Amino acid sequence: MSDATDTSQDAVPGHLAGHITSRVGHNSGDLIEGETGPWEVIIGLEVHAQVVSESKLFSGASTEFGGEPNSHVSLVDAAMPGMLPVLNIEAVRQAVRTGLGLEAAINLRSVFDRKNYFYPDLPQGYQISQFSDPIVGEGRVTVDLEDRESFEVGIVRIHLEQDAGKSVHDRLPDRTYIDLNRSGVALMEIVSKPDIRSGAEAAAYLAKLRSILRYLGTCDGNMQEGSMRADVNVSVRRPGDKLGTRCEIKNVNSIRFVRQAVDYEARRQIEILEEGGAIDQETRLFDADRGETRSMRSKEEAHDYRYFPDPDLLPVELDQAFVDEIKASLPELPDAKAARFAAEFGLGEYDAGLLVAERETAEFYEAVVDADGAGRDPKTAANWITGDFFRRLNADDLEIADSPVSAEQLGGLIDLIADGTISGKIAKDVFDEMFDNGKDAGDIVEQKGLKQISDSGEIAAIVDQIIADNPDQADEYRSGNTKVAGWFTGQVMKATQGKANPQMVNQLLQEKLGG
Amino acid sequence: MALDTDTVRRIARLARIHVDDADLAPLADELNNILGWIEQLEEVDTDGVEPMTSAVEMVQRLRADAVNDGDLQEAVLSNAPEPNDGFYTVPKVVE
Amino acid sequence: MAALTDLTIAEAGAGLASGEFTARELTDAYLSAMEGARDLNAYIAETPEQARSMADASDARRAKGAAAGPLDGIPLAIKDLFCTEGVLSSAGSHILEGFAPPYESTVTQQLWDAGAVMLGKVNMDEFAMGSANVTSHYGPTLNPWKAASGDAAGRDLVPGGSSGGSASAVAARIAAGATGTDTGGSIRQPGAFCGIVGMKPTYGRCSRWGIIAFASSLDQAGPLTHTVQDAALMLGAMAGFDPKDSTSVDLPVPDYTAAMTGDIRGLRVGVPAEYRMDGTPAEIETLWQTGIDRLRDAGAEIVDISLPHTKYALPAYYIVAPAEASSNLARYDGVRYGLRVEGENLIDTYERTRAEGFGDEVQRRVMIGTYVLSAGYYDAYYLKAQRVRTRIADDFRAAWDSCDVILTPTTPSAAFAIGEKMDDPIAMYLNDIFTVPASMAGLPAISVPAGLSGDGLPLGLHLIAPAFGEETLFRAAGVLEDADGFDARP
Repeated sequence: MSDATDTSQDAVPGHLAGHITSRVGHNSGDLIEGETGPWEVIIGLEVHAQVVSESKLFSGASTEFGGEPNSHVSLVDAAMPGMLPVLNIEAVRQAVRTGLGLEAAINLRSVFDRKNYFYPDLPQGYQISQFSDPIVGEGRVTVDLEDRESFEVGIVRIHLEQDAGKSVHDRLPDRTYIDLNRSGVALMEIVSKPDIRSGAEAAAYLAKLRSILRYLGTCDGNMQEGSMRADVNVSVRRPGDKLGTRCEIKNVNSIRFVRQAVDYEARRQIEILEEGGAIDQETRLFDADRGETRSMRSKEEAHDYRYFPDPDLLPVELDQAFVDEIKASLPELPDAKAARFAAEFGLGEYDAGLLVAERETAEFYEAVVDADGAGRDPKTAANWITGDFFRRLNADDLEIADSPVSAEQLGGLIDLIADGTISGKIAKDVFDEMFDNGKDAGDIVEQKGLKQISDSGEIAAIVDQIIADNPDQADEYRSGNTKVAGWFTGQVMKATQGKANPQMVNQLLQEKLGG
Repeated sequence: MALDTDTVRRIARLARIHVDDADLAPLADELNNILGWIEQLEEVDTDGVEPMTSAVEMVQRLRADAVNDGDLQEAVLSNAPEPNDGFYTVPKVVE
Repeated sequence: MAALTDLTIAEAGAGLASGEFTARELTDAYLSAMEGARDLNAYIAETPEQARSMADASDARRAKGAAAGPLDGIPLAIKDLFCTEGVLSSAGSHILEGFAPPYESTVTQQLWDAGAVMLGKVNMDEFAMGSANVTSHYGPTLNPWKAASGDAAGRDLVPGGSSGGSASAVAARIAAGATGTDTGGSIRQPGAFCGIVGMKPTYGRCSRWGIIAFASSLDQAGPLTHTVQDAALMLGAMAGFDPKDSTSVDLPVPDYTAAMTGDIRGLRVGVPAEYRMDGTPAEIETLWQTGIDRLRDAGAEIVDISLPHTKYALPAYYIVAPAEASSNLARYDGVRYGLRVEGENLIDTYERTRAEGFGDEVQRRVMIGTYVLSAGYYDAYYLKAQRVRTRIADDFRAAWDSCDVILTPTTPSAAFAIGEKMDDPIAMYLNDIFTVPASMAGLPAISVPAGLSGDGLPLGLHLIAPAFGEETLFRAAGVLEDADGFDARP
């Protein structure tokens, strides 16, 4: 991977750089206690998000992932002599959509610049990017953490730029192979302010950003395929001091790694400072196998990117109407949806947050609650989804779209509990069976005879029999140890293979033991 | 703003052009001669003047998002010095 | 009958239309003339087979009554900066030696669509950087003209540059016309040095797609021809909107020859005071005055104008053009095409490839361009130059309030001997002092042969028009050409 996506904040013009954190105060729980006192960790992220579009930023070649090497490559992407870039309207639209989703200012005039450096997977010898006039200005992301107040991360800017190609180093010992399939694919670089204070916060920010981009449909968020990756800037300071020297950890490609990288890097810097050392401003890599960051081995050459406006392109000028049209088509975003779920369905903040994190989950939830006007209990539906449903998806490593149980089927199961056909306990077994073979709950209950026994005469006879068979325990109950009722319940359920209506069992036991 | 040989070396490195050490000084002289002549621009009052970004008074045209190019592996590799297996190849890059 | 190669494009077109001769005969006449003139080193790749087959196709079209227009069957030379499919396209550089692109530039494709015949690729200054065609990897091209007297008498002369091969080929009548490109004067200056017409259209008029880039905000394709009418015919086919070039302008292409009415009564011709520079030879001043008188005699109104920032155009150009070039030429790294000189490692490979692949002038300009864009110098050089450029454009905008075209000399001298000005880059750069301002402002301009120097070498006069004022330009140039009555031959 080259540094095609490198825009260190140093390189950003002063008035655009996010050196100044807008976050006041901190959560004291985030301070790291060192040998010599507490330290505050200051983190900013530059996230590179691949824009969802059919064709590349400046050429008509496909953005499809993979493929034969150098097959999704036009003459423009290969930087053949005399080739010229023409801007893809969809990339512009997606950047604007993203900006609006992050409550950011849209710059109606923006400029593409060339960032000049040599690297074999950068065929033009420059990356077309946006430097002093990006398409999106300041915005914000609200980040939620479990058991914590949410906090806000400022967005400095979003700009559009070309991705680089891929260098393959392991095919021959002395050669590097170059595949330009990715060369020229549109990226958004989303630069945050240094408003983040811990690895957990950094991970939560990235997760939230990913969630919003996926809601917007502007980035698929597929971190394995590199559709989203983060450069993480980390520094530490004594609370209240001015900012310390930071290190940039390049190209971290999972949310979990971001957290690990920050935690490791913060401790590393604190150790150096506490031993009286100084932090070198440098670029580091995160080694996921060892869970540590390390300095990039190659001698860092002083970069001098010689940015200047790309003379092959003209300033981009957008109509307010173009922006308004996109604004009108924005979907309900996770924060708004969570607020609605809380208000409409009476869900707690945490549950609502879990349900809206992925657009598909939220849609699934709403379908379970409201499919064909069923009006199911929203809390029961939430519990099922965040409980057993998520458990099985995780266990089977499935995306919600691939779930063998549809929203309608899960709704059907909940209906069977609600009308007393099966007990909640039986329902868990039924659910697992539904997940295993995709059958409807009703069919399983029918075939396996799992229908709940709600005939009070039938249950009463069993209760009577069990009391008669266990006089010692009955006496114990009557002499005041009412806890033994639970043992009787268990015996009744055992006798009915769990099918007895538990409310009825309890009621009858109370009557008969008490009598 | 006269260039010294160290600056010429740095510029040559940025431009990825090999310059023998012996050639640095004469090259510096040549470039200084040109830059000295260019510096007459300082005489022009450009306060408040916008830099020209394009010789045409137009804004950027936007093309529709359609896949209508690519699939040219053979063509894009046809002039490559050392193609292999559908790839371009270069001396090993040390990361 | 005169030799077929003596005909203008318009005359040859008429001969083809009337069946007087075939495109094949015309093409063969040029191919045989080319063989006889190889000492000029104008062509660096001759394409006789392609030429004959294109000529035959033209004759076949014509036989069916389906001739494409006035260029059908006309044999042309193509500057090596244009990418031509399967044919050497090297920008006169070692770094692209042997490069055969799998694509055709928009401008040449439009010429072939109009039925024109490609004779071959012609020499040029490396990457169009030069004013004498002496920086080509393929060696200098000679000017077919020889000085009758003076310092240069008996010596080989430069044809001007960078489109030196184009100008030499047309002047030597080994092409009926040629394409050129003009960044700071690279069509007009060699046109003047070789006694032919050289025309640079408005920036954005011809597509740059498939033309090897030198300085993107300045490069424009244009024709080099014997007559203004021929230039109008060629431009008609070369110009047009191209969605593949973001700087291409979506305007219809008018019939430029129809604009050549011969009537310039009432046309306001501006004469800029600042083009009277110290050290300009008297014969240039005289030629200019002659041009003014001829246009006045034809009914034009002569207006004194001021273009105050004229003298700053050239130094500003030598920031902007090298800056853009330093970036445009970064792609020549030996990875995907062209020369590769293997070094000790990747960076060494880059550095040796580019040191060996680029000639001295190209290296010099890439270095200057890299420097003026580098951290700490960008504002002082590049931004300053782009601000000066705005002032230059503003000068012209103000001038159009009082005039319709501007008349100046094309060059401050006639062609000089090969080898001169080689050790003084600035002296070489000053060749373009009269042509660069229009380039910086993106304006259309034309050089028309207007007379001979005291040493018997051709000199040109230069007309500049407002953006997309090509019709006015051709109309005025046609009148000037008639008045000049230039009929000298090398």
